[in-house]
Amino acid sequence: MTVTSETSARRFGYSEKVMDHFKNPRNIGVIEDADVTAKVGSVACGDLIKLYLKFDPDHDQIKDIRFESYGCAANIATSSMMTEMVKGKTIEDARKVTFKEIAEQLGGLPRIKLHCAVLSRQGLEAALVKYEAKKGRVKIDESFVNKILRGVLDPIEGVDIISAKIVESVAVGEGRRVFMELSAKAGSELAKSLTDDIHDAFEGLDIELNLKFKE
Amino acid sequence: MEPEPQTRELVYLDNAQTTRLDPAVLDVMKQFMMENYGVPGGEFGYRLEEDAREAIERAREVIARSINASPEEIIFTSGGTESNNIAIFGAANSSSYKGKRLVTSKIEHMSVLRIVDRLSRQGFQKTLLDVDRQGFVNAADLKAGLEDVRTVSVQHANQEMGTLQDLAAIGEICRSNDVLFHCDAVQSFAKEKIDVETAKVDLLSMSSHLIHGPKGVGALYVRDGVKLQSPLEGDDRERGLRPGTPNVAGIVGFAKAVELMTHEHALRMCGLRDELIESLLTISDSRLNGPTGERRLCNNVNISFRYVEGEAVLMHLDLRGLVVNTGSACYSQKLEPSHVIRALGGTLEESHGSIRLSLSKWTTKEELAYATETIKQVVGELRDLSPLGRKLPAQR
Repeated sequence: MTVTSETSARRFGYSEKVMDHFKNPRNIGVIEDADVTAKVGSVACGDLIKLYLKFDPDHDQIKDIRFESYGCAANIATSSMMTEMVKGKTIEDARKVTFKEIAEQLGGLPRIKLHCAVLSRQGLEAALVKYEAKKGRVKIDESFVNKILRGVLDPIEGVDIISAKIVESVAVGEGRRVFMELSAKAGSELAKSLTDDIHDAFEGLDIELNLKFKE
Repeated sequence: MEPEPQTRELVYLDNAQTTRLDPAVLDVMKQFMMENYGVPGGEFGYRLEEDAREAIERAREVIARSINASPEEIIFTSGGTESNNIAIFGAANSSSYKGKRLVTSKIEHMSVLRIVDRLSRQGFQKTLLDVDRQGFVNAADLKAGLEDVRTVSVQHANQEMGTLQDLAAIGEICRSNDVLFHCDAVQSFAKEKIDVETAKVDLLSMSSHLIHGPKGVGALYVRDGVKLQSPLEGDDRERGLRPGTPNVAGIVGFAKAVELMTHEHALRMCGLRDELIESLLTISDSRLNGPTGERRLCNNVNISFRYVEGEAVLMHLDLRGLVVNTGSACYSQKLEPSHVIRALGGTLEESHGSIRLSLSKWTTKEELAYATETIKQVVGELRDLSPLGRKLPAQR
């Protein structure tokens, strides 16, 4: 029995560029002494990435960026492309990269996979804003919390939990204490998965999270 | 990362999706496309018409015999979806029955679920039966909700996990309560033993392309005395239930495919299936979905691998010449996780990492050894990229 391997075919509606980054992802792995990490997406949703970033503090530059992926081919390819596009850039320039440009650089994405490019871009934003918070340049206020929550997905619908209106209110109290009310029922599979994902999203920020679910 | 490209050959383990045509089937079909290309005529026909009529009636006998029915109880259709539509719409539209509730299970084929759903928006009530962790409907649930019911539609084998329902138990409940029993047997037909008499089935959907017959042809068993009002209008062919020009070559090929599937094939697939399950479960953090042994369809294997996503697995396998399927949302057109795995009460994560491998009568041990090795490799490689459980080795 001889079995064929294909090296460069256009498949599943994916461009050759997507297939290339899927098969040979760039910047894969972890940075052990990362300045900041950001985990966005959801296990339940089947779409999750974790980013590791190292900065050059003198020039506010992304010195190194790596990622891990639990997700489909588009998830892997968009994260790979995003890391290539922002590596070496200053924070200011990295912020100018849009999810559309990530998709364009990959030779386009099937319409139903565009959300993967959005997720990788949200991951970058979460990492940058977390870095700035750690540096004390950004205040930990409601707008900051909302930015981080944009990276957490509603596992059923696959959209972020702010857009999905799962987050009903956010408040920031004394001593880095964050309070939020969520529309999911306490004890449900959804509540469990949201609790994990929200804690992961704020990982490394030294914030006390208080989540309140519906009784 | 990948083996060197070699000569073109696939290890195809997606036979629950469709199968390769048996060359002997193609041979008999050719004759009815190139030489005897007529279609049955009216009461008296010319030569080509009579040849076609005879061929179709011979095919009807073959299908009937295979499920212990009479030839008059078989109508040919364009496949499983059409058979399910004619059966369920046909019973709902019929003036011979009164019940206003349609019962089915949560893990049926989309064609059944969507017809029942549409009818529920047009005046019928619907009941969707729960299934247990292995996909079985509960006879007590069924018994408890039979008031005002017109049809119960429960599949024989599940398309994803291969769960084989106890048709005789369901048939007995339906018969003793005067309710029509429709069974979608598309996945099991000609692979598992089906006897419409002992199972007390009133309507049974069958398809050709999952047993090495041509695509675009199937059949519906309609028990003598059951009165359907077809959703289709046209001529009186197939008793008016499926009007229109019959697919003569397809029907002839379908019957040939049924004759070529033997009990020995099923037994062989059962043995290979169990070996494959055993070898895949040596991969760490893997789990079998669905039942084992005689209550599982002879050619179905479905395993969930944690920490990896099904679409990525499927694509890496495809690039290495191995074809499988997945219940992952990312692979579906609508990005929805498999309704089957969800109905079992599993977590969303389990549906994303579920891989279905379905064997054919031609599958070899050698192919399955390649499949196991390749899956082990790919799952291991993807776990290396994964932020979840990445410190776990792929092998126990």
